[in-house]
Amino acid sequence: MPMVLNEDQRMLLVSVRAFCQENAPVSELRRVRDEQDEDGFSRALWQQMVALGWAGMTIPEQYGGFGFGYTGLEIVLEETGRTLVPTPLLATVLLCGTLLNLGGSEAQKSTLLAKIAAGEVLMALAHEEGPLHNPVRVATKAQANADGFIITGSKCFVLDGHVADQLIVVARTSGEQDSADGISLFLVERTAPGVDVQRLDLVDSRNAANIHFSNVQVPKDALIGELGSGYSILEKVLDVARIGLAAEMLGNAQEVFDRVIEYLKQREQFGVLIGAFQGLQHRAAHMYSELELCRSAVRRAFSELDGAQEEIPVLASIAKAKLSEVLEDVSNEGVQMHGGIGMTDEFDIGFFLKRARVAQALFGDANFHRDRYACLNGF
Amino acid sequence: MQTLEEFRQSTRAWLEENCPASMRTAMEEDEVVWGGRQAQFKNPDSKLWLERMAAKGWTTPTWPKEYGGGGLSKEENIVLLQELQRINARQALNSFGISMLGPVLLEYGTQEQKAEHLPKIVRGEIRWCQGYSEPGAGSDLASLSTKAILDGDDYVLNGAKVWTSYADKADWIFCLVRTDFEAAKHSGISFILFDMQSPGVTTRPIQLISGASPFCETFFEDVRVPAKQLVGKLNDGWTIAKRLLQHERTMISGFGLSASNAGRKPDSASVEGVAMRVRGDTQVLSDAVLRNEIAKHKIDSEAFAFTSQRSLEEAKQSKGPNATSSMLKNYGCELNKRRYELLLKALGTQGLGWSSKDNSDFSAQELNTTREWLRSKGNSIEGGTAEIQLNVIAKRVLGLPDMPTLTKKGV
Repeated sequence: MPMVLNEDQRMLLVSVRAFCQENAPVSELRRVRDEQDEDGFSRALWQQMVALGWAGMTIPEQYGGFGFGYTGLEIVLEETGRTLVPTPLLATVLLCGTLLNLGGSEAQKSTLLAKIAAGEVLMALAHEEGPLHNPVRVATKAQANADGFIITGSKCFVLDGHVADQLIVVARTSGEQDSADGISLFLVERTAPGVDVQRLDLVDSRNAANIHFSNVQVPKDALIGELGSGYSILEKVLDVARIGLAAEMLGNAQEVFDRVIEYLKQREQFGVLIGAFQGLQHRAAHMYSELELCRSAVRRAFSELDGAQEEIPVLASIAKAKLSEVLEDVSNEGVQMHGGIGMTDEFDIGFFLKRARVAQALFGDANFHRDRYACLNGF
Repeated sequence: MQTLEEFRQSTRAWLEENCPASMRTAMEEDEVVWGGRQAQFKNPDSKLWLERMAAKGWTTPTWPKEYGGGGLSKEENIVLLQELQRINARQALNSFGISMLGPVLLEYGTQEQKAEHLPKIVRGEIRWCQGYSEPGAGSDLASLSTKAILDGDDYVLNGAKVWTSYADKADWIFCLVRTDFEAAKHSGISFILFDMQSPGVTTRPIQLISGASPFCETFFEDVRVPAKQLVGKLNDGWTIAKRLLQHERTMISGFGLSASNAGRKPDSASVEGVAMRVRGDTQVLSDAVLRNEIAKHKIDSEAFAFTSQRSLEEAKQSKGPNATSSMLKNYGCELNKRRYELLLKALGTQGLGWSSKDNSDFSAQELNTTREWLRSKGNSIEGGTAEIQLNVIAKRVLGLPDMPTLTKKGV
């Protein structure tokens, strides 16, 4: 169970970091926000990332990917987390790529996975239906008819919903609301008749949309996996997403921390560098310790994704709970320890705070995952 | 040359033959073997087990054979530990000589000192204690004032030590003394070894908030110590002292790990197991706030265990021991303290007994929890306070500056 990166992975880290610092710094997010970019990310930059192999990192070679493993994606997500650059990595690669790989038919895999790896398709997973993460709360219905299925319902906070070419919609084909049984997964064209997409304007300037489906007809082969047993796939996908997002959050927290330490060594008050004050030193030391635990939690979870896989649910909840808790604290300290300048929009630190809260809420916050951890451990 | 697999097979066979059955059960607190001149073996198998392990040098598996050690490579040692763990074997010998003094003697001791002391540590013949803290030198250890003045071939020691664990049971002490009274405080300290039976040494046990304890006060009045028993260079004892503290911190950081053996079912001794039993819960712990706190603690414990593992792997991959030992010590202690606070909450008033008059008010386990809860408060004081550990992280790891006014005074 490797807790450290190997030679290849360390080389990847160096090149990914260099790329992000040079081509995708925080100013890229600022540009997207200030220009009110219609896509919410740069397609040209995404194609450069695709050319570097980032989109196909976890996709098997037979479907056009590179099979570098999840550890490769861990590195990419952490480094893009450091610069906050908006990319389709979460929605297209982490969520939909994983879902298709786990549950897709041969035909679905060979068409869509290869397109994901080649940067030729953008995808989004439409699963949430309320403001609190709850993967079994699915009221959206899919009813079988002669041509396939008719989908009706509403989804919220769909990441990259307004730019996705293809949506994967979580819908109920049987069973009660809040039941894991009877949930199915469908491929839906974003431009299909009856699909109404409302882009949201979010605090972190990243992409999400509310989507309404009214009598949307999809063919039989739009179904992913078995009818009524989509939840077992969804649960695994969400765990992969939680672990991946935790890596992004680690990058965010580490960058804030590094900037704080730099500032403590530059800023003078009362004739001394403020980093000499014990009140600040001890808070910095606490953050350092917590970040070390976060790094271990993320690393351990990724090594499970590329390894035995048995403990994925517990490790996903450990990583997401820990990162949600620590990033909240570190992002607050990031503003506080920079003082007045930390409150200004001109200064970048606020972007990290804003992204932090969105990432904390996605796929379950700290309390959600403590509850889940307790359930998984029998209390 | 034996391959690792051959070593594993021969080790397994040897253990099968030589580890007594009663040494393959969980260790009772009063059966821990500390060795020494007054060694006590409540269970006769403990003596046998110690002798057999010592004869192989496996009480100190990686020490050189010439000093009685096992002479094993790192890889062989891992195999040995795995094989011991496999049969749930007890630790044959618990000793500050092994965990603290031995490593620095190997690094700084003279040939004569090594030959004299190391084999006795291996065989558990001499039990050591640590003379570091003083009434006036706790966190600011370098301000210690126990004096050692050269008189002929001997140093004459006067002063007092405090928090000397098991001083009343130890045979020898490794001790920090001041040998230069003019130099800056870090530069006038020496590291010296002597027999606790020397005339002028007295000890007095300390009663803690949790009751009886292994800690003692230790007093030195004109104690004569041969000068050749000084380790390393005269006045360079601080270097050795810090080195030894690193070993001690690594040892103490093991505290946090015990909480992290997270099986995926609550066992009766776990915090959640206790909380559910006291509340009569069967499926879900009914106190939602406590449940959240326990989950948070267990998550931290697991992440802490992952960090210890990562720290080991990083040490192997790069430079050797790093400054994370301060972070691990500190976090491990805090985790242990949090665990006992949660246990107390889990137990309600059943966690608040001091003793059991007619053996029915409080169970032995409950009383033990209460005492251990109190004892755990010392975890973040001994071996360097939490505040000192945070200073070390801030300065050595994060490179934050010193307060200029204090630096001028050489603090």
